[in-house]
Amino acid sequence: MGQYILKRLGLALLTLVLLSLIIFFAGSVLPSNPGRLILGPFASQQAVVALNHHLGVDRPLITQYWSWVTGILHGNLGTSSQYNLPVSSLLWPALGRSLKLALLAFVIVVPISILGGVLAALYRGRFVDRSISVTGLSLTSVPEFVSGVVLIVIFAIGLKWFPVSATPPPGTSPLGQLHYLILPAIPLVFVLFGYIARMARAGTLEALDSDYVRTAVLKGLPRRVVIWRHVLRNSLLPTITVIATQCGYLIGGLVIVETLFNYPGLGRLIVTAANNKDFKMLEAGVLVIGIVYLAATLIADILYTVLNPRIRYEQAE
Amino acid sequence: MSDEERGDAPIAPSATKDPPEDAPALHDPAALALLTATAGDATGTVDSSAGTIRRENLRLLLRSPAFLIGAAILLWWIVCALFGKAIAPYNPVTGSLTAFNEAPSGAHWFGTDSLGRDVLSRVIVGARDILIIAPLATLLGTALGTTIGLLQGYFRGRVDSFSGRIVDAVLALPIVIVAFLFVVPLGSSDTILIIIIGLVFGLLISRTVRTAVLQEQDLDYVAAARLRDESNAHIMFVEILPNVTGPILVEFTVRLGYAIFTIASLSFLGFGIQPPTPDWGADISNSYQYLAAGYWWETLFPALAIASLVVAINLIADSIEAVVIQ
Repeated sequence: MGQYILKRLGLALLTLVLLSLIIFFAGSVLPSNPGRLILGPFASQQAVVALNHHLGVDRPLITQYWSWVTGILHGNLGTSSQYNLPVSSLLWPALGRSLKLALLAFVIVVPISILGGVLAALYRGRFVDRSISVTGLSLTSVPEFVSGVVLIVIFAIGLKWFPVSATPPPGTSPLGQLHYLILPAIPLVFVLFGYIARMARAGTLEALDSDYVRTAVLKGLPRRVVIWRHVLRNSLLPTITVIATQCGYLIGGLVIVETLFNYPGLGRLIVTAANNKDFKMLEAGVLVIGIVYLAATLIADILYTVLNPRIRYEQAE
Repeated sequence: MSDEERGDAPIAPSATKDPPEDAPALHDPAALALLTATAGDATGTVDSSAGTIRRENLRLLLRSPAFLIGAAILLWWIVCALFGKAIAPYNPVTGSLTAFNEAPSGAHWFGTDSLGRDVLSRVIVGARDILIIAPLATLLGTALGTTIGLLQGYFRGRVDSFSGRIVDAVLALPIVIVAFLFVVPLGSSDTILIIIIGLVFGLLISRTVRTAVLQEQDLDYVAAARLRDESNAHIMFVEILPNVTGPILVEFTVRLGYAIFTIASLSFLGFGIQPPTPDWGADISNSYQYLAAGYWWETLFPALAIASLVVAINLIADSIEAVVIQ
């Protein structure tokens, strides 16, 4: 068990190193002349050379990568070229705001999608099942900004229930902030719903077909008891790990939602950085998304091992 | 299992699930045919049995309402992509100089945008670029993913574990973010979009193909081919590949929906299809700031167009998946 977790941790670290190399390649190797990209075609060559020197991109690539990585380990994510401020001073507050939005989406989607998946499984092949599955599939496949636009048109412009922008005026109470965040959270809920519901449905179907459920039914237990005690307990195990890995996805979906709703989170920070060729900010933002994802999947894997006795014994063998 | 299913969060075909290790070999009709046939006329037997299966699958598909609805919508957008300029009531690129931000009316069914361009015409012609880029990117990804997956599954060992790590690393990021990361320094053009999305999809698809190949590996027909002293390339592409086309087809259709999702999202962020080419995502990106002013039609209709296209492709993908798994 401990050995498995250690091995899993080592793999995650290795993946992280590879990820940092890929991000560095995209953000520091591909842009051959960041100074020119930032200043545009009409800037003097001198100014471009000076900016490149200031950014440190005229150093050998290995030096650049090494100083980037060691900087990160010391909590220094580099300097944002657009704001001339340390990246970390902008990144962490933005990440905090993003997590707030992601958490809200999560709190909404988890109970709804599990309920949907279990219901679909209990009514397998019938109208309830088919409508939940098709709705889930459709909602999952529509990009967040598309459903976001439809939601804005209906609920913010038509019915005027919610504001168009997600940024509350300063000094808004937490409950008031919630009012601003609900509409942006829903497109994220849509995309996740179909996926989690599908897993919950598959897990429940598997449990329903199992011998222990047949035994429980045959020995005369009431349907309610069978479902709560025997089916759900076993069917939700795979779903839990799927939910945990979705954390990483959520952070990615925020890029779109935050842009559409003008919300100052990590996603919008990345898009702004991209528009201004602020490569250090872009690299740091994407790396943070990757780290959140890797951490979430690591936790999911460990959770799965801890919760599932079968895997635990197999590992022990 | 979770290892196989992460990567692209929203749509994960259940075909990517790890099948049980002890999947009975004889359930594969092609393998059965091969076993009963002599080595010489083996190929003929396989073809006829595969042909029957294909015809049966097609019949099942044509009876599925989800497939028919999806196919009808997709067909409509393909017609728009091919003949858009002829169908569109107005020129989609040059606007009227007098009609800005006009609400839907008899003259302009979907209204006009902030430059006085007819929204209906832009929606119709906007089908073209995305329906060229997305299938090409998906095709590239499928070809690449099939090759990588075959190599990984066939050679296993070091090749497999090293390339597996790289796949893991790339898949730690949502596809939109990976594409974004590379499009920003390289600049956006149709070719670059196709290559980047194709590369990322190649990695994703390689996982499914690898899993399928690993199962085929242990079947008798592979052992038979080895005994006949066939080359590795022959075994991979002539023997194994025809037996894993089912999962590959499912991957292709599912990824196609996802390619449209990704390209539309990139266009929305300003890094996909570039203006003034009519494109749904880019049009939304240009017009959503006017939503608060109440000009909802400029944004809503392109949004509905994207939604209908991705839903259609996912309905098709889901039906194909159901048939292939049966």
